[in-house]
Amino acid sequence: MPYTKRRRLVSSAVAVVLGATALTACGSSSDDGGARSGPVSLTYWTWAPGMDKVVDLWNKGPGKEEQITVTVKKQASGDTLVTKILTAHKAGKAPDLVQAEYQALPTLVSNDALADIAEHVGDVKDRFADGVWQQTTLGTDAVYAVPQDIGPMMFYYREDLFEEYGLSVPATWEQFAETARKVKKVAPDKDLTTFSANDSGLFAGLAQQAGARWWTTSGDKWKVGIDDGATRKVAEFWGGLVEEGAIDNQPMYTPAWNKALNTGKQIAWVSAVWAPGTLTTAAPDTRGKWAMAPLPQWSDGESRTGSWGGSSTAVTTDSRHKEAAAEFAAWLNTDGDALNALAKESGIYPASTSAQLSGAFTSPPEYFANQPDFYKKAARIAETTAPSAWGPNVNVAYTAFKDAFGAAAKNRSDFTAALGTMQKETVADLEKQGFGVAR
Amino acid sequence: MRSARRRGSYGVKRAPYLFLVPATALFLLFFALPIGYALWLSLRKVRVSGLGLGSGARTEVWAGLENYTGALSDSELLGGALRVLGYGCIVVPVMLGLALLFALMLDSERVRLAPFTRLAIFLPYAVPGVVAALLWGFLYLPDVSPFYFVLDELGLPQPDLLDGGPLYLALSNIAVWGGTGFNMIVIYTALRAIPAEVYEAAKLDGATPLQIALRIKIPMVAPSLVLTFFFSIIATLQVFNEPTTLKPLTNSVSTTWSPLMKVYQDAFGNGDIHAAAAQATLIALVTLVLSFGFLRAADRGNKRDAGQGDAR
Repeated sequence: MPYTKRRRLVSSAVAVVLGATALTACGSSSDDGGARSGPVSLTYWTWAPGMDKVVDLWNKGPGKEEQITVTVKKQASGDTLVTKILTAHKAGKAPDLVQAEYQALPTLVSNDALADIAEHVGDVKDRFADGVWQQTTLGTDAVYAVPQDIGPMMFYYREDLFEEYGLSVPATWEQFAETARKVKKVAPDKDLTTFSANDSGLFAGLAQQAGARWWTTSGDKWKVGIDDGATRKVAEFWGGLVEEGAIDNQPMYTPAWNKALNTGKQIAWVSAVWAPGTLTTAAPDTRGKWAMAPLPQWSDGESRTGSWGGSSTAVTTDSRHKEAAAEFAAWLNTDGDALNALAKESGIYPASTSAQLSGAFTSPPEYFANQPDFYKKAARIAETTAPSAWGPNVNVAYTAFKDAFGAAAKNRSDFTAALGTMQKETVADLEKQGFGVAR
Repeated sequence: MRSARRRGSYGVKRAPYLFLVPATALFLLFFALPIGYALWLSLRKVRVSGLGLGSGARTEVWAGLENYTGALSDSELLGGALRVLGYGCIVVPVMLGLALLFALMLDSERVRLAPFTRLAIFLPYAVPGVVAALLWGFLYLPDVSPFYFVLDELGLPQPDLLDGGPLYLALSNIAVWGGTGFNMIVIYTALRAIPAEVYEAAKLDGATPLQIALRIKIPMVAPSLVLTFFFSIIATLQVFNEPTTLKPLTNSVSTTWSPLMKVYQDAFGNGDIHAAAAQATLIALVTLVLSFGFLRAADRGNKRDAGQGDAR
């Protein structure tokens, strides 16, 4: 008797599993159909400060009408959150919505943690620049996230000190190198800037500007192009400057770095649109003395920039209300009121092109009160963002960068060798995991 | 009556097991089970096919000892072990030496302000490791450190403490600063437990305070020295907080500086929990072998000493 009983259990379990597969196969419309009939509550993991206030707008406005309530659970940012999402997903308990940096999307998709929400958000595509949108589709027909904020890169410099030292704003990287040397000549104890190896996003953005595409696919295989011509050009350039001592080699975001910016020991910073926020805390005494310009170019007359940072809102495969979640994600990142609140409460620079010149972005950031057209300029620069190409093990490449380039910067040694290490470790990790890798 | 008594004795026989149940359950749930799960994870791996996008591209498969051979042939893990060995060679002798010295000084008869001094030496132990590392990190950075300011004013050379060899000293210093107090208290407590008659007898025999310290006090607190040594070895092998906190301040500390940092990086940075589980198991084994090997060696030494004492 117990034998048959167990068999019945097994077969019904199989039926349940098959049923579940069938449901997923039909897409999420069928399970959402049920969800529509009653109130839905969603959980949202995000690290953006003040997001709970933005979400309140939804819960009291459109969310209330549709009976979709979103609860924010504040998280740590970046890689830690990716790991946490993957762990939760393994247990089948990932939240409905997550904030994810663009470079983390392939990792999350490759772990089957993110749902394809193409059919629920299809019409929001036009609100974003193509280069930004393409990061959320991974070059497929699927849509894995809605872009939230972007980080187009720019050049920040001390306007007053540039004038004092007789420097002009570099338009090309060649001029940038000249400027660095000139600073050393005019004020030997000062540096134009530093090459920091503790944030891989900066180097990735610089490589992106030069035209690098670190991960591409051909057929069923990944191709890793970290050690390609474009990136090597960037590595050689910065390695050369560090080696000859034209710029500093110490990492960013340290107390020493804050002091260097605050006292004018470092007089420029290659950064992104979010720099005003960082400078406000790092260099409070120099408010109003900085100015922003486009990133130097590799050849005259070009105008391209890379991106450093930026994130999106994604719906997980574990969510039982994917349509509702996708609806919220689309509202959050395209609705005017929501974007205004995001800018005010979370201080993000929106990916939505229409929002880049409205609301909070009609006046410059407080720290840059001396540059009234800050955001107009920023929006023009954002349009020139080069496409990026992320792969499923960006985390491994980023760690390899920190260690290899950290050591190279410390020893003022060959950056191209460090780049080779980064390429090798990234490929080795892909192969170890079993990915198809084209040589 | 008889049957009642028999039932009673039966209940008494069962009682010890009943008392053991909570402890055993907790042990199994929160100790054996997680370890077992880690071991299980360490024997498996994730296999991706093709581009690895979409569902079903990722499967967990049996790996056998592959993760272990991978960890053993990983030069970074070995490098980390060697770095930690170098670090331990500085930390353990210096920390225990100072702890013993302070304990002996506090225990000497002519000491003034003993309670205050004891507290002052112990206090750094109460500072959380991360806070201590941050604090020292500030003092090590030339641009913000008052030490460097003074050195600069005096025209003295300013060594870079966050690079090369000095980095080991800088890291060791944090551990010594934080750990000496705890070890001193352990040794000091043992010193206080030595009966006064022993000292009286030694004094009658004409022993000087130094002779008392070397010939009586140190041998008599040997068991606590062994204990502190044992704790220190384990703490050294598990060093994580200090280098992790100093890492953002300098290019010299890599993400895999110590073995535990490598485990953390693999598990939470690279998302490879299987390799991380294998490395964690290996580190646990090495810790076990080293620390218990030391305990046994110390034990054997004690027995030999005792035997010689008898023979004399």
